[in-house]
Amino acid sequence: MAPGRAEMSAQDPMLPQVSHLQQRQQENHNTFSFVCPSPLPAFAPGQFSMLYVFGVGEVPISISGSPLQPELQTFTVREVGQVTRALARLPEGTALGLRGPYGSAWPLDQARGQDLLIVAGGLGLAPVRPVIYSVLAERERYGRVWLLHGNRHPRELFYKAELEQWAAESQLDLRLIVDSADRSWRGQVGVITDLLRELADDRDFAPERSLAMICGPELMMHFSALRLLEMGLTPARIFVSLERNMQCALGFCGHCQYGPHFICKDGPVFAWPDVAGLLALKEV
Amino acid sequence: MAVSREQIQTQRYLKDLDPRFLDVLLGCADEIYCEAGDCLFQLGGKAEAFYLLKQGVIALEIHSAQRGTITIQTLRSGDLVGWSWLFPPHKWHFDAHVLETAELIRFDARAFLAACEADHEMGYQMQQRFARIMLDRLQFTRLQLLDIYGTGPR
Ligand SMILES: Cc1cc2nc3c(=O)[nH]c(=O)nc-3n(C[C@H](O)[C@H](O)[C@H](O)COP(=O)(O)OP(=O)(O)OC[C@H]3O[C@@H](n4cnc5c(N)ncnc54)[C@H](O)[C@@H]3O)c2cc1C
Repeated sequence: MAPGRAEMSAQDPMLPQVSHLQQRQQENHNTFSFVCPSPLPAFAPGQFSMLYVFGVGEVPISISGSPLQPELQTFTVREVGQVTRALARLPEGTALGLRGPYGSAWPLDQARGQDLLIVAGGLGLAPVRPVIYSVLAERERYGRVWLLHGNRHPRELFYKAELEQWAAESQLDLRLIVDSADRSWRGQVGVITDLLRELADDRDFAPERSLAMICGPELMMHFSALRLLEMGLTPARIFVSLERNMQCALGFCGHCQYGPHFICKDGPVFAWPDVAGLLALKEV
Repeated sequence: MAVSREQIQTQRYLKDLDPRFLDVLLGCADEIYCEAGDCLFQLGGKAEAFYLLKQGVIALEIHSAQRGTITIQTLRSGDLVGWSWLFPPHKWHFDAHVLETAELIRFDARAFLAACEADHEMGYQMQQRFARIMLDRLQFTRLQLLDIYGTGPR
């Protein structure tokens, strides 16, 4: 008899389960989203899956959909190299291998009852979107919620309809900023730390009851965390999500070693004190 | 229209300023309004004032034949606008285009610089604050230059 799903993963954790690519949607010039019916266990916001493009290779991708719909896994992928480019060219219905979910999650338990500061740069919005879905599903359990999002240019913004909807429903305080823009953009131009500086002036901002989740390029996380510390958040109230080249995702191969940590099993979500000394350091 | 102390005192870079110096600043200040679409100042124009934006949105812009008008920074309520008045040749480096009707406090730079010249303690205090603004802006500009959201060379 063929082994059940759980038995199969227990026998060989490296063996992907087969799913299919559905609902492909172009987000911007090099970023796209799609959905896979999930043969995997439920995930927590912040976790990732290993996606296998048959015959090409495997990549870790954060799950960007709603944890309230565990039967689906949504991914948002930027084309950067061999596997992600191949993924971008797959037509809907193509079979894909999935294994996971892996890694640590954003500390939603700790965030309940607190004000929540979600700071997302560029593609970093994808791994925090499950946090937003979770928070909005039980909005009354959180205090103020800010979503600060920085991107390169208005044309690179994605999840636009959702961003607008969240802002319109006043469920969270959305602040967008882009590095540069032409005149057709009516929003803010500057960098994400501008948004943090503004927040510091906000009467509703109280560092002692705020918890920050930062996700984006490492430099953006580094400077955002430093600014948040200046604004009075204690290091233990700041969380970041790190990426490193990864192969097994199980803590065996050592590819994603980051100082004393393995990103795949100790991360990708870390509390700031665990990685503060490592971020922006050469050769880590 | 007379400008009140509170309007200046709450600005993030002017907080905790010695009340004596606040009074001098007040003496150089008046209120102005700009409609959306107005130009507060233009590249190459004489920089004779700096502004505290009370309300509205202002875009600092530059034009290029190839890329059209590029917004490099937007300024909002609570922001101080302009520092080209501090050093020769006292000319603006960008256009300041009003995106949303703006209420501003305008500080006469010449009167203010004369007051700083007469009272070096005040000059020092104010230079410290403008240095802080410039340092912040430099850090932000570095981040913009790093193109942190880009995918880098392939
Ligand atoms: C925990 C985790 C979660 C991730 N989540 C996502 C996600 O949600 N969406 C997503 O698009 N990517 C995500 N990534 C990054 C993704 O795994 C890589 O982009 C992917 O592995 C690249 O594989 P490739 O074969 O396409 O490129 P490769 O052929 O391996 O690399 C090609 C080029 O791209 C560069 N490159 C590799 N990774 C990145 C990167 N992250 N950013 C910029 N340049 C890169 C390489 O340095 C190289 O120059 C995540 C990574 C980790 C570790």
